[in-house]
Amino acid sequence: MSYDLWVMLTAALVASSCGFIGCFLVLRRLAMVGDAISHSVLLGIVVSFLITHSLGTIPMFIGATLAGLLSTWVMQMVTQGGSNEDAAIGVTFTAFFALGVVLLTLYAGDVHFDTEHVLFGEIAYVPWNLLIINDNVLGPRAVWVIGIVFALSILITGMFFKEFKVCAFDPGLAVAIGLPVTLFHYVQMTLVSMTAVAAFESVGAILTVAMLVVPGTTAYLLTDRLEKMLILSVVIGIVSAVLGYFGAAYWDVSISGSMAVAAGLVFLLAFLFSPKYGVVIKLFLTRKKASEGLV
Amino acid sequence: MLSLLSNANVQWVLGGTLLLGVSSGLLGSFALLRRRSLMGDVLAHTALPGVAVAFMLTQTKSVLPLFVGAVIAGFVGTWCVDAITRNSRIKEDTAQGLVLTVFFGLGVVLLTQIAKQGGAAQSGLDRFLFGQAASLVGNDLILIGSIALVLTIAVVLFFKEFKLLCFDPGFGTGVGLPIRRLDQFLMFLVVCVVAIGLQTVGVVLMAALLITPAAAARYLSDRLPVMVFFSGVFGGLSGVLGTLISLTGRNMPTGPLIVLVATAIFVVCLLGAPQRGLIPNAWRRLRTQQRVADENLLRALYETIEVKTGLATAGENFADSDVVTTTVVTNEELVERLRWSPGKISRRMRRLARLGLVRLVGAGEMSVPAAQNNNRGETCALTSQGLARARKIVRTHRLWELFLAYEADFAVDHVDRDADDIEHYLPPSVILELEKRLKEHDRDSSLPPESVHEIR
Repeated sequence: MSYDLWVMLTAALVASSCGFIGCFLVLRRLAMVGDAISHSVLLGIVVSFLITHSLGTIPMFIGATLAGLLSTWVMQMVTQGGSNEDAAIGVTFTAFFALGVVLLTLYAGDVHFDTEHVLFGEIAYVPWNLLIINDNVLGPRAVWVIGIVFALSILITGMFFKEFKVCAFDPGLAVAIGLPVTLFHYVQMTLVSMTAVAAFESVGAILTVAMLVVPGTTAYLLTDRLEKMLILSVVIGIVSAVLGYFGAAYWDVSISGSMAVAAGLVFLLAFLFSPKYGVVIKLFLTRKKASEGLV
Repeated sequence: MLSLLSNANVQWVLGGTLLLGVSSGLLGSFALLRRRSLMGDVLAHTALPGVAVAFMLTQTKSVLPLFVGAVIAGFVGTWCVDAITRNSRIKEDTAQGLVLTVFFGLGVVLLTQIAKQGGAAQSGLDRFLFGQAASLVGNDLILIGSIALVLTIAVVLFFKEFKLLCFDPGFGTGVGLPIRRLDQFLMFLVVCVVAIGLQTVGVVLMAALLITPAAAARYLSDRLPVMVFFSGVFGGLSGVLGTLISLTGRNMPTGPLIVLVATAIFVVCLLGAPQRGLIPNAWRRLRTQQRVADENLLRALYETIEVKTGLATAGENFADSDVVTTTVVTNEELVERLRWSPGKISRRMRRLARLGLVRLVGAGEMSVPAAQNNNRGETCALTSQGLARARKIVRTHRLWELFLAYEADFAVDHVDRDADDIEHYLPPSVILELEKRLKEHDRDSSLPPESVHEIR
């Protein structure tokens, strides 16, 4: 496969796995928690690097996922300790991130591992970081990591689809019928952390958050059914990734950045022209009602 | 360290971070109370494209044009969040996440565009991402410092108006204040502080300067002036301490250190704040539990003695302290009455003995069989001090029972449990009121009245 295709495949996988799990974040009003988790994983990556002294995928993956979960837990504890929810989010993730940056500059300054790389990622390098087992080149490592995480989140969501649905739309009912709501919350947050970590490595924090929030929100404007929303979100994510890639290639700018912008543009289209919730159709209906009223 | 402090540039940097910390702390507490904490995060990210465009237009890295660019972009971002939440079913936090990432993505795109045009000139823009307080030079710092000073003064001048905005905007509209304008003005101030903070602590961590000191101060007081004051102090303290730590270490990043200092202050407040902190709260809860358990045991002792000596039916003997204090109560009797484990009763008994409220009755004394007693909480009697306490508790309990039975028309067999719940918390004023009411039922006495139900 060519270089372009690998980059696009990686981006599409990132976009679809983030878009998929991001739907639940949007529905459960946890978009900023997604943002927070994506920033907190930096600490996990740095700490696991300091412990294992390697940039191996697996220890970093575990460390970062744990850090993401830990930040979710801390946020919950701080909220229970009497802070506003959004203040708790803000305090927690900035602390995690700051600690990550400080540890990074203190102990790992000489490694190829700079903060900018972490924030923006460099998806352009992905195709050169290959997964090689027994001398067989199996393609870029990132593709495998993200692919496996995506498969896992589809599997788990499929297994608990009904439960996730109830938790997303009617948390009160979920508690009342005795679902282990907290457990499901942490299962979902684990999936978010894993997705964020997998995406983080190749595309950076910002595109990760963009893909967690934007496609899901766009899909939310287009449908009322969870099944459709999930599929639409994945499709929108892929479309944004592909558009963003071509845009970046055309203007020769940051790939991650232009993918985020592309996702924003797709959202803008849905925001204006969604058949049911779009601004234009609403304006049209109000006008029509007004004129009917006059007649 | 001292030589560092005498360095003019260091003094400038310290002054800058101090003012920045104070002004963001002050503004942050209003943002927190307006439940807009995360707006700081959003504004910091949305400022990036503005900064990039400002640089493209002016080709300078000096603070002022970049500041203006950041403010304008921040405003556009706020407007987008507002427009999205007003015109669709998307909630505010989702809109925030969306605007934040898309704007930041745009900013990154523009930065790479700038990098293509001229490598060296762009390098200074990187400081917007992580902030480099230590590398700021005199002129920038004067500007940053004076903007921070203006913001601080603005907060002081508009304190009353902002207070109203936070707590009762409806009333504010009623007395003719332009509440919407004020809200926008507050947001404008926040945008300004974010725009100067970007250059000092960077995009991601600017949010922390707005949120963390305010969240910490929130634990210290329920009064706005006090909270705002502490928030400003914490902000300034974080700025100064963070900068000092970063100056002592090799190549330590200033922004993250400022944030870590602020976080440390937050953790201390979260755990230790006198009124709302977790540790004092847990301590108070423990104390109350102790007191309730003590009082329950004392009442059980008193009632056991009443039954044993037949005092319950002979009202005139209530005053006879000697009879009460020489009656020995055993652990088993209390187990029977309280349904606690014997171990718990022994523990509680020893505790009351330490407080001087009961006397552990030794072997051979007062007809206690020697074999049964090793003085670890098997048998005890009330001391006169304990009797006074017990009388007070029993009296409160029975007053409440009487009230429930006679004034609130509860069935007599329902009042015991209800009185159990409340007897530990009745304030003296309520007890006085109860006494007054119950005089009408001819049950007035400073001693515990007879129980309305049978004491087993």
